[in-house]
Amino acid sequence: MGIEHDSAVWFSKSFGLLYLIALSLAVIAYVYWPSNRKRFDNAAESILRDEEDRPALEDRDEHTGYLTTGHEWNGIKELNTPVPRAVYFFLIVTVLFSVVYWVLMPAWPLGVTYTKGLLGVDQRTTVQEVLAQAALDRNGWMKKIEAESFENIQADPRLMTIVRETGRTLFGDNCAACHGADAKGRPGFPNLTTASWMWGGDPAAIAETIRVGINSTHAKTRVSQMLAFGRDKVLQRGEVDNVVSYVRTLSDPAALNHSKPSNIAAGKVTYDASCASCHGEDGKGNVELGVPNLTDRNWIYGGDEETIATSVWYGRRGYMPTWEGRLTELERKILALYVVGLRTGKP
Amino acid sequence: MFHLHYRLERKAIGLVLAIIGVASIGGLVEIAPLFTIRQTVEEVPDMRVYTPLELAGRNIYIREGCYACHSQMIRTLRDDVERYGPYSLAVESKYDHPMLWGSKRTGPDLARVGDKYSDAWHVAHLNNPRDVVPVSIMPAYAWLGRTDLRTDDLSLHLRAMRAVGVPYTDDMIANAGSDAYGQATPESPAAEGVTARYGKATTVRAFDGMPDRLTELDALVAYLQILGRLTDAANKPMAAKQ
Repeated sequence: MGIEHDSAVWFSKSFGLLYLIALSLAVIAYVYWPSNRKRFDNAAESILRDEEDRPALEDRDEHTGYLTTGHEWNGIKELNTPVPRAVYFFLIVTVLFSVVYWVLMPAWPLGVTYTKGLLGVDQRTTVQEVLAQAALDRNGWMKKIEAESFENIQADPRLMTIVRETGRTLFGDNCAACHGADAKGRPGFPNLTTASWMWGGDPAAIAETIRVGINSTHAKTRVSQMLAFGRDKVLQRGEVDNVVSYVRTLSDPAALNHSKPSNIAAGKVTYDASCASCHGEDGKGNVELGVPNLTDRNWIYGGDEETIATSVWYGRRGYMPTWEGRLTELERKILALYVVGLRTGKP
Repeated sequence: MFHLHYRLERKAIGLVLAIIGVASIGGLVEIAPLFTIRQTVEEVPDMRVYTPLELAGRNIYIREGCYACHSQMIRTLRDDVERYGPYSLAVESKYDHPMLWGSKRTGPDLARVGDKYSDAWHVAHLNNPRDVVPVSIMPAYAWLGRTDLRTDDLSLHLRAMRAVGVPYTDDMIANAGSDAYGQATPESPAAEGVTARYGKATTVRAFDGMPDRLTELDALVAYLQILGRLTDAANKPMAAKQ
């Protein structure tokens, strides 16, 4: 088989095109050929000619009283049955409706503008009004949630019911994609049901995080980054391994048995020199700088040896978008309260 | 009234012309005026063009048929606006040739998905949607991160866009390939060219998390992250527009 698929396709497409063009040119030439003219003219006029074997146009069928179309096949004539009156009726109603519609609604183009209609309906204004009306309907509790402090809202069971209902929808539309529908997160996206919060877990701090985001495009974004200690050659491979061994012991006493005590001790030295400035000497992190606590069992990227080593070697720079442009202050407040309500972990 | 019709039916050319005349009324009334009516496309000064990388991502979006399940058009309906954000303006699709409004939402609308999620989320999601959204029925596009982006023809794509009215400069067209590389490689010299040509607000990041490689994933994530962010016009209050 010497023919490739591509060349076969190319041949059939280009040949097919030429074939069609040639065919239509041939048809046109045949139709307009001078010597054929008489024959075609004759054929064109034949149906109009009132010949003896053809009935006249005004031929009425004697059984039904309707006109016929004037066509006859072996003695059978085609009736030209009139369109039922009901159809004309509804056709006229439809036309009248459209005339009314043209007057009331935006309809006809006029060069650089259009007829606006007497009702002045505009989809964009309509949706603004509907949204404003919806906000008005919610006014009672909206005002309260806007005005009250976080503590007072949390103490009011009726307001918290609204927070849970509204928050669930807001969370599903905006947060669940990353943090999960159950808010338990996944590697890279923090679990929100625990008590450990890098930037603070009280409602006000959470609302602020939602507002500005983390390492986001917001001008006042929360900024935090872990250096790439390995890649940028701050620490040697062995030092990274040791510090990982040590860090694991902070949250998991069983990890003491996984490495040699001398390695863990060496890791602590490295930790004190390179890590403690951010994560703290006790490893409890720093909420002011968004530094995670290393002594609990909650890990953003994973607490196994390999993942911690990756974090130390390549560094980490989390990202959370700013929601200031997308969600109103009230919506962010509701979300902050809702997220606090999801917490199951103890402080 | 019907005698005219009887006569018309017997004249083939006349009937054809009459059919064309009647059938074109819809187009003349509904489509043609959109080109002359001033309100059709809003005038906004801050509208920017797609960078070569984003344009390449748009081409991948079209190639993979994303528009079949995702619309890019927030309608003037309360439900749409409350879920996705301000309704879409015509000017936001000004440089979309063809536009990708779509007509079916098997997945969510994407008109304002830009900067709603992190790059890491998009990478994980395109690699396998179930990893981040367990109930998703979207197919995985894992090969995008393994496929190098073709950049040698990007200048031609930019030139084609310019032919239909997108204001790309000669400078942009000449440097399309290196700009695509630079936008996904923050610490390379090519990155400065992107900022110089497309403005400081242009996001220059390793979109797929691999700064040493320019993949189709880079392009697609760059495109997704700019959706709805070419202009700020839609976020301005309604009052300002009227």
